[in-house]
Amino acid sequence: MQNIGSGSLPLFSFVLRRILQMIPTVVFILVVTFVLVRLLPGDPASAMLGDRAIDADVERINASLGLDKPIPVQFLYFVKNVFTGDLGTSIALKLPVTTIIMQRLPVTLMLTLMAALLALILAVPLAFLAALKREQTADAVIRGTFQVGLSMPVFYVGILMLTVFGATLKWFPVGGYGDTFADRLYHLFLPALTLAFSFSAVLMRNLRSSIIGVINAEYVDFARAKGLRPRIIMTRHVLRNALISTVTLFGLQIGTLFGGAVITETVFAVPGAGRLMIDSIYGRDYPVLQGLTIALAVLVSLTFLATDIFQAWLDPRVAR
Amino acid sequence: MSAGIGTGLGLTVRGLTTLFDTPRGMALAVADVDLDVGPGEMVGLVGESGSGKSVTLRSIMGLIQTPGHVTGKVEWGGRDLVAMPAEELRRIRGSEIAMIFQEPMTALNPVLPVGLQLEENLVAHTRLNARERRARALELMNIVGIPAAERRLNEYPHQFSGGMRQRAMIAIALACSPKLLLADEPTTALDVTIQDQILKLLLDLRDRLAMSVVLVTHDLGVIAGTCDRMAVMYAGRIVEMGTVIDVFRQPRHPYTRGLLGSVPRAGAVRTMLSSIEGTPPGLTDLPAGCAFHPRCSFATDICRQERPPLQSLGADRKVACFHHDRVAAAEAIL
Ligand SMILES: Nc1ncnc2c1ncn2[C@@H]1O[C@H](COP(=O)(O)OP(=O)(O)OP(=O)(O)O)[C@@H](O)[C@H]1O
Ligand SMILES: [Mg+2]
Repeated sequence: MQNIGSGSLPLFSFVLRRILQMIPTVVFILVVTFVLVRLLPGDPASAMLGDRAIDADVERINASLGLDKPIPVQFLYFVKNVFTGDLGTSIALKLPVTTIIMQRLPVTLMLTLMAALLALILAVPLAFLAALKREQTADAVIRGTFQVGLSMPVFYVGILMLTVFGATLKWFPVGGYGDTFADRLYHLFLPALTLAFSFSAVLMRNLRSSIIGVINAEYVDFARAKGLRPRIIMTRHVLRNALISTVTLFGLQIGTLFGGAVITETVFAVPGAGRLMIDSIYGRDYPVLQGLTIALAVLVSLTFLATDIFQAWLDPRVAR
Repeated sequence: MSAGIGTGLGLTVRGLTTLFDTPRGMALAVADVDLDVGPGEMVGLVGESGSGKSVTLRSIMGLIQTPGHVTGKVEWGGRDLVAMPAEELRRIRGSEIAMIFQEPMTALNPVLPVGLQLEENLVAHTRLNARERRARALELMNIVGIPAAERRLNEYPHQFSGGMRQRAMIAIALACSPKLLLADEPTTALDVTIQDQILKLLLDLRDRLAMSVVLVTHDLGVIAGTCDRMAVMYAGRIVEMGTVIDVFRQPRHPYTRGLLGSVPRAGAVRTMLSSIEGTPPGLTDLPAGCAFHPRCSFATDICRQERPPLQSLGADRKVACFHHDRVAAAEAIL
């Protein structure tokens, strides 16, 4: 049995290794976005010029975008530009893509973060309740409700929330985005709740079954035999171990959450990256689309990194 | 040396019965167990696998959860642990009464440093501050013989070898200097040298702290070397009880006799319990009469019809067998 120093050293080297592993991921993301955008039907020049394009204009625009160069050269330019923060200029808005994304992405980030938090706030206590009262009425009610939540499409839940809490009860605004931080939280609450709904159902189901798996573990009995307070047994010994598998799921679901954000932002007219993405697809705004794809892909892999690190912190055996 | 009933000293167990509601019916894991452990006394509990030793200890500790159900009395310091409110029981568990679990591999939380798992015990029951807790943890690691304690406290269970894990668990159990230690096979996983060290440690603590110990083991050699009195369990019941000397010299239950048959009388080599012919009965459908009769060479008609009561033979001796005289006589011939 080898011992690698104190408890935190393996975690540190794990984080380092894990960050290095991100390099091939980033390269892969760049290649895929580069190729994908070029595979899309239609070309940017005609999108800019509309139906009355003449060949000379098309060529001029292609040249200005560097599209007349051989593909590998285009790729190298592309990589260089990405790393210098130059993602090109939006065709529709005539603004640097980086500027647009920096405006829109934080909105989506905040929405997703709020949704993830709300999902956790909903899922953790309910998973505990369902697990502790398993096969009893409370469990059945909780699981039934979440089953319904899981089978309802995001846009439907969104419209439902909008109608009930927005239009009818007028507790929340029906759309848009505020100016102050508090105002923004208020505006984003319904969209976030919409997004959290099915996400928390997924989390709840997973967490419930891992809590049931952990709660009968010998170390939980040993913790009780030590006379620890019930709250400590539940959090430190049960929840922490049960979360290990849920954290993985959480990370894997983040991509889905961004996908859900696109729909939610559309329903609630939130000026986030999701709306921007849909607009740029319809407008063939390739530079924006490309920039957004890269930004979202990097965000998702950063989330994976974060969840991996969190999991390694939860379970020291992972970091070895 | 047994504890007097109602003196408020030591542990007095009366009619302890534990049922599990299983899909195959009610399993009677512990049936009508009486047990006394006086201050500073070490009592051995032996029996085959599945005879209910661990469930007995867990029932005393109040660790049995649904689908299990415990009845009877567990008196400790004049209070009944079975009827006690949860919070009051929590304060006794880990401080006055501690338990060493059978499997150190699974009883330690894999994701928490060993030091934390030790110190949380102190947090729950003492007012020591962080520095004092660390000091106490180091002291305990030294007591149980874990070298490089300072570093070890920050490590996780998977970084410990089997023997070290067992010691760590003992250290955790001893953290608050318990008055009663329930030790479930504390040495089974260990090699003989370490086994001896751990047993010496328990004996030493017993003497220094006047700690009472219930020692569950498969190993009769261990009981002979450490315990004052012993109880033999079969299918959830105590079938024989007495001082170690008396029981070893003259077993009065055929089951005990079978177990002892496996221990070389010279005592040099230790063996595990002998394989008495046949297998223990299933707990959901115990045989009528004496549960041991299908495997017993002394069995007669009455054994098949009636369950023999645990009767007293003198001050410190009890046996549940209709034919204990014949068993004793057979032993004398050997
Ligand atoms: N939670 C439970 N549900 C149902 N039956 C149980 C439960 N816990 C224990 N039992 C049953 O109780 C009986 C006694 O088990 P116990 O663990 O006390 O045996 P033991 O004497 O400690 O054996 P070993 O020497 O193998 O440790 C076994 O038949 C076991 O199947
Ligand atoms: Mg056992």
